[in-house]
Amino acid sequence: MADAYTSNEMMTIAAARAMRNEDVCFVGIGMPSAASNLARLTHAPDITLIYESGTIATKPDVLPLSIGDSELCETALTTVSVPEMFRYWLQGGRITVGFLGGAQIDKFANLNTTVIGPYDKPKVRLPGGGGAPEIATSCGEIFIIMAQGKRSFVDKLDFITSLGHGEGGDHRARLGLKTKGPTKLVTDLCIFQPDPVTREMIVTSIHPGVTREKIQENTGWPVRFADKVAETPTPTAKELETLRALHARTAAAHGKAA
Amino acid sequence: MPRITTLAEAVSAHIHDGDTVAMEGFTHLIPHAAGHEIIRQQRKNLTLIRMTPDLIYDQMIGMGCAKKVVFSWGGNPGVGSLYRFRDAVEKAWPAPLEIEEHSHAAMANAYEAGAAGLPLAVFRGYIGADLPKVNPNIKFIQCPFTGETLAAVPAHRPDVAVIHAQKADRQGNVLIDGIAGVQKEVVLASKRSIVTVEEIVDDLKPGSFNAVVLPAWTVTAIAEVPGGAYPSYAQGYYARDNAFYKKWDEIARERDTFLAWMKANVLDQGPEIFAAHTRPLRVAAE
Repeated sequence: MADAYTSNEMMTIAAARAMRNEDVCFVGIGMPSAASNLARLTHAPDITLIYESGTIATKPDVLPLSIGDSELCETALTTVSVPEMFRYWLQGGRITVGFLGGAQIDKFANLNTTVIGPYDKPKVRLPGGGGAPEIATSCGEIFIIMAQGKRSFVDKLDFITSLGHGEGGDHRARLGLKTKGPTKLVTDLCIFQPDPVTREMIVTSIHPGVTREKIQENTGWPVRFADKVAETPTPTAKELETLRALHARTAAAHGKAA
Repeated sequence: MPRITTLAEAVSAHIHDGDTVAMEGFTHLIPHAAGHEIIRQQRKNLTLIRMTPDLIYDQMIGMGCAKKVVFSWGGNPGVGSLYRFRDAVEKAWPAPLEIEEHSHAAMANAYEAGAAGLPLAVFRGYIGADLPKVNPNIKFIQCPFTGETLAAVPAHRPDVAVIHAQKADRQGNVLIDGIAGVQKEVVLASKRSIVTVEEIVDDLKPGSFNAVVLPAWTVTAIAEVPGGAYPSYAQGYYARDNAFYKKWDEIARERDTFLAWMKANVLDQGPEIFAAHTRPLRVAAE
């Protein structure tokens, strides 16, 4: 019997499980970074992790606070310039999985990390897209990790920072894209995957102890569930230990704000 | 050959009110000491280009140096908001701030195009994204060979590039080691450039035939400022002070705590205080 775990840990672990040993992954900072490194430290030791600062095949011992911590460079196979990273490696089609988060998401997994409210008169100015607009379209497929809530899982985005499945259906193909777009959305409650035809994100796996009602309460659109919904396997002792040790090393390394 | 000078003289001679200034360093080697000097010399109406405005532009915006910011990701990495940047965008404090927003790919391509002497950068980008609707400097063109629609943005051609590097030699050749970001591109794209360095040495000792070296004749002015990237870092010299990046969240959240910090740590100080930060790597972790 595994120890008790938090919904946040379940989310990170479920996302880590989606990564494959042979993947070349473009990693965003925060939860995508935690999940990717957990995958590397558990079932996917040979996974190639790439951060947009130019570090290729990096194996950080602690999670970076920024996308360009020295830890990433020191443990990388090689470090390239940022233009080279975006031109040769991302645009060149060398990345199998892009791993993103966001402030807002809609049912077609389009993401907003730019602004809440009108662009010219923002209620909240968010950091912006960074690498996401091109990660979303150039990587073979996209995994998204986000905690659910009515303010973040919304019916209509204030701004499309990066394309998911657009308006659904074959919208990506009509825009000339050959990449798959978001294939997995892992939350603290469940896992969504796109409907094969409409491309709406539908629930395919529910984390242990979570009800369908709770998922709906935390989603700003009417949630669709797959015909067969799985139960996400409980975190294993190894997954939990590895994740907690990673977070403990990270907290010790970054220090507490004085 | 670049003039090896003091930071105060370099800023005074080469950065003027109204200039377009690009201070780069992708998390690594951010020229914070130079940012402080620009604040002390009260430069105004600057157009500030930078992929990640980071603390350096948060400080310059909050102190009223900026008219416009051209950027692609305006947060405190791993921490949250840049509150001075947000206050300027959301509430026009201390002055209204014009923004021109891109993606990282666009910014990196725009620097590379500037270095290459081209008027524009062409790349596969912004597909299905809303930024082209709010930024008139994002346009789309058709490939004359394949017909593919591609994004185009103007090349960055700043008046002044400002970067921090590990070393310069006495002739003014500059060595950058570690995460090199867009620094080579920004210097080659700009009319003038200021480089602060950890140390000036007799022999650059690049360590590899392919090291990132800016030849002396591409650089306008060099100033030795040990610790000059702090709280960013200089690979091989000192680590990023992640705890300070977290602390900045509290300092910058309110206008009065921000102004008090700026007075005590910037206005009443000089570049020499940065030397205190050249502590050995990883002290914080041990």
